[in-house]
Amino acid sequence: MFRWVVLRDLTLAWRRRADVLSTLFFFIIVVSLFPLGIGPEMNLLRLIAPGVVWVAALLASMLSLGRLFANDYEDGTLEQLSLTPQPLYLVVLGKVLALWIVSGVPLVLISPILGLQFGLAADSLLILVGSLLLGTPVLALVGSIGAALTLGLRAGGVLISLLVLPLYIPVLIFGAGAVDASIAGSSVQGSLSLLGALLVLSLVFAPWAASAALRIALE
Amino acid sequence: MNLYKYASPVNFYPLAGKLIPWFSIPAAILFVLGLYIGFFIAPTDFQQGDAYRIIFIHVPAAWMGMFLYVLMAIYAAVGWAFNARLASMMASSISITGAMFTFLSLVTGSLWGKPTWGTWWVWDARLTSTLILLFLYIGFISLQAAIDDPRRADRAGAVLAIVGVINVPIIYFSVQWWNTLHQGATIRILGKPTIAAPMLTAMLVMLAACWLYSVAVVLIRLRCIILEREQTAALASEATA
Repeated sequence: MFRWVVLRDLTLAWRRRADVLSTLFFFIIVVSLFPLGIGPEMNLLRLIAPGVVWVAALLASMLSLGRLFANDYEDGTLEQLSLTPQPLYLVVLGKVLALWIVSGVPLVLISPILGLQFGLAADSLLILVGSLLLGTPVLALVGSIGAALTLGLRAGGVLISLLVLPLYIPVLIFGAGAVDASIAGSSVQGSLSLLGALLVLSLVFAPWAASAALRIALE
Repeated sequence: MNLYKYASPVNFYPLAGKLIPWFSIPAAILFVLGLYIGFFIAPTDFQQGDAYRIIFIHVPAAWMGMFLYVLMAIYAAVGWAFNARLASMMASSISITGAMFTFLSLVTGSLWGKPTWGTWWVWDARLTSTLILLFLYIGFISLQAAIDDPRRADRAGAVLAIVGVINVPIIYFSVQWWNTLHQGATIRILGKPTIAAPMLTAMLVMLAACWLYSVAVVLIRLRCIILEREQTAALASEATA
C-alpha cells in the first residue's frame, strides 16, 4: 500500500513535469533575486547565503504543498483511500515521501550551484546540502498538516502559509545555523543533530496529525 | 443540580449572562486598584526612572498571552475529543483575547524598550518567541474564519492548536539557541533585581485584573458565538419543518 501510493504519486508527478520544474525554478529565481536587491558585495553575500537559501527553500516547499492532497480530494480518490483497511497514516507518509522526492530532492541537488553564486567554500556547500537533506523532509511533513487542514477551502493557498510558516521556524534556525557555523569555522554537529531530531519527531507525529486533519476534511 | 446540563450551549447561555458581572466588576475594581498602587505607591526605579511602570500592564499581558494559548488548546482538544460544542466555542472565544494580549505585550514592550534600551525592537529570544506566538494565534483565527462549517472549523482549529502547543517549546528553545548563536542582545529584560514589594503587589493585582477581564470578555464573546450558531440551527430546523 505504502509503495503503491509512492509509485502512483511519482507517476502522476512525472506526467506533469512542468509543475515540478516550476517549483525548482521558483527556488532558483528567489535566491538569485537577493544579490540584485542587496548588491554584488561578495563578503556580505557570503554572510547572508545560508539564510537566503533556506528561506527560499521554505517558500518553495510551501508552494508545492497545494498539490499534495488537492487533486485526490477533488476526484474522490482520497475518500476511497481513507476507506481502505490500511491506516491513513501510511497513505499520508507515502504521499509526503513522493512529494519530497519530487520537490525536495531537486532543491537539495541544485543548492550547491546556488551556494557557489554566493561564494561559499566547498565544506560549507557540503553542510548546506546536508542540512537541506535533513530539513526538507521536515518541511514536507509539517506542511502536510497545513495542506490537510486547508483542503477544499477557498482561501487555501494564502492560508496555508499563515499556518505552516511559523511552524517552519525551528527548521530554518537550525538549517541556516548549521551553514552559518561552518562558515564561521565552528562545530556544526549540534545544529545537524537537532535537525535530525526534528526529522524523527515530525516523522512520527506529522502524518498522524495530517491524517486526523484529513478525516475532518473528508467528513 | 445537574451540572452537565450546562455543557449544552443553549443552557449555558443564560448562565454565562449571569456570571459576567461577577467577573467584569471585580476586574474593573482591581484594574483601578492595581494602577493606583503602580503609579502612586510603587517607588521610582533608580535605574529606569518612571518608564518601568509600563511593566504593570506589560508583564500581565505577556503572561496572559502565553496562558491563554495553552488554555485555548486544552479547550479545543476537549471539544474535539469529546465532541463538546461548548468547549470548542470557548476555544475560539479565547483565541481573540489571547491574540489581543500577545499584541498588547509586544506593543508595550516596544514602548518600554525605546526609553530603556534606546531601540523599539531587538531580536531578543523572548521578543521573537512572543512574535511567533502572535503568528500562531493569527493562524488559528484565520483558519477558523476560513471554514464555513462551524463543526469542521472547531476540529481543524483543534488539530492546529495541538500542533502549535507541541511546537511552542521547540520554537522557544530554538529561538533562544539562535539568539545565543548570533551573540544576541546583551540587554536583559529584567536584570533580576530584587523587586520592591509595592511593585510586586501592583503587578499581581494587575494580573488578577487581567484574568478576571479575560473571563468576562471570553464569556461575552461566547454568548455571541452561541447566539450565532444556535440561531442558524434554529433557522435550519424551521426550514425543514
